[in-house]
Amino acid sequence: MAKEILSPLPGTFYRKPAPDQPPFKNEGDAVAEGDVVGLVEVMKSFHEVKAQVSGTIQAFLVEDEDAVMAGQPLASLD
Amino acid sequence: MSAKLLIANRGEIAVRIIRAAKELGLETVQVYSKADADMLAVQLADEAVEIGPAQATKSYLKVGTILEAAKSTGATAVHPGYGFLAENAGFADAVEAAGLIWIGPSGNAIRLMGDKVAARSAAHAVGVPTVPGSEGHVKTLAEARPVVEQTGYPVMIKAAAGGGGRGIRIARDEAELERLVPQASQEAAAAFGDGGLYLEKLIEKARHVEVQILGDGEHVIHLFERECSLQRRRQKVWEEAPSIALRQETREALCRSAVALAKAVNYKGAGTLEYLYDDITHDFYFIEMNTRIQVEHPITEMVTGIDLVREQIRVCLGEKLRFSQDDIRLRGHSIEVRLNAEDPAKGFMPQPGTIGRLRVPGGPGVRFDSMLYSGYTVPPFYDSLLGKLIVWDEDRPSAINRLARALGELVIEGLPTTRELHLALAADPDVRAGRFDTTWLERWLEHNADELGGQVGH
Repeated sequence: MAKEILSPLPGTFYRKPAPDQPPFKNEGDAVAEGDVVGLVEVMKSFHEVKAQVSGTIQAFLVEDEDAVMAGQPLASLD
Repeated sequence: MSAKLLIANRGEIAVRIIRAAKELGLETVQVYSKADADMLAVQLADEAVEIGPAQATKSYLKVGTILEAAKSTGATAVHPGYGFLAENAGFADAVEAAGLIWIGPSGNAIRLMGDKVAARSAAHAVGVPTVPGSEGHVKTLAEARPVVEQTGYPVMIKAAAGGGGRGIRIARDEAELERLVPQASQEAAAAFGDGGLYLEKLIEKARHVEVQILGDGEHVIHLFERECSLQRRRQKVWEEAPSIALRQETREALCRSAVALAKAVNYKGAGTLEYLYDDITHDFYFIEMNTRIQVEHPITEMVTGIDLVREQIRVCLGEKLRFSQDDIRLRGHSIEVRLNAEDPAKGFMPQPGTIGRLRVPGGPGVRFDSMLYSGYTVPPFYDSLLGKLIVWDEDRPSAINRLARALGELVIEGLPTTRELHLALAADPDVRAGRFDTTWLERWLEHNADELGGQVGH
């Protein structure tokens, strides 16, 4: 089974640190364990989403600013 | 009086507005996002309309979609509550342009009072004191220096277009000023599209007092003051009415100044003028006006007996104020505490969840304004306010005892709440003696926050 990055919290997922900045990671990028791949906003507070495993991002499974559940896969890794 | 009222908000304030509307015999339409289909306001309203996905930018902040919902349901008036679009002058204008009644002051009054510099000029014009600071927008260090010669250090640097304490910095000497002014201007430009700053003297022993007013576009009355000095990160945590810090002549002068300023802008609806009160010199300074109903409005209702939301709706639907100033009397003391889905023992980390057992306090002088019910899942997409516990009693010591008693009855299972914080505050000697300023709670939390764990939900 492919490796995945899961959302640690329920909330709104952001791929960028700020609206006018580039995404933390793009498809095809290598990630190391602990790398920040996005933010989840929970009740107006922002939390970093860190990769739990290393690999290469195959695809993001949710869009920027999508509503996500805790444990929901955000990206798949090779 | 007849109207069909659309509530362009959610959570506890939507419930509060529906209650007022029903008591006035009005029909109600509740809009809701996809994440809010189960909320209490949807259950209580006569009709409900889904307006988009969970994210507020795609639902509660979508002017066009909300106006379409009004059209499709035949709503004739829009109540914005607080937050979201409540102080958006463009929304107020759009509501009126669509031929609907806006439950609030005109777009122009919102625009004027929403700009700190313009509001300050309006205050000066009617002789209301403001904190010494910049007379216009400051963008550079060269413009900031002469202002600081007037105010001295420490000086506060704010974004002129900001609100709710966002982006405030404090410079304690020239080196800090040189570092912070360019930084603040850059951040303001990025956040608000306007790099204009506003500088003012920092009052170190300050209490936050605010005056509730009601206007019908011609007459304005005040309903005395609230004190909201207990704050964390500039968010109010515990509010009282009246303020125990004010002497009677100060209270009268303060409330008179609020009425003068609201009259100057032909204010219609409910509004609040916020002031800093210097506990040492007894001076008060106008800071800003909130052109909407506020979270803490119930404590004013408890000490005056006036239903502010009903009166706000009445005047905005075109009635004249039903009260003169002499009709408004202060009786007893009221306290409100905010119950947030946050864990005070873990840095106030917010945590959504599903409400299990819910035991709501009752008995004399107790009011619980909330959106909770057992089985309700609090969504993660909005702010963490679950509700407010409000008490009234004949005097302040009795009100604190009653608050502690009511907090003891309150059980909210399923997520952490700020209940433990309020229990500890109600027992604290400084709180009981009223010895605090706007920085007291943060200092207190540095020493006490770790012990606020305990009854976290299951």
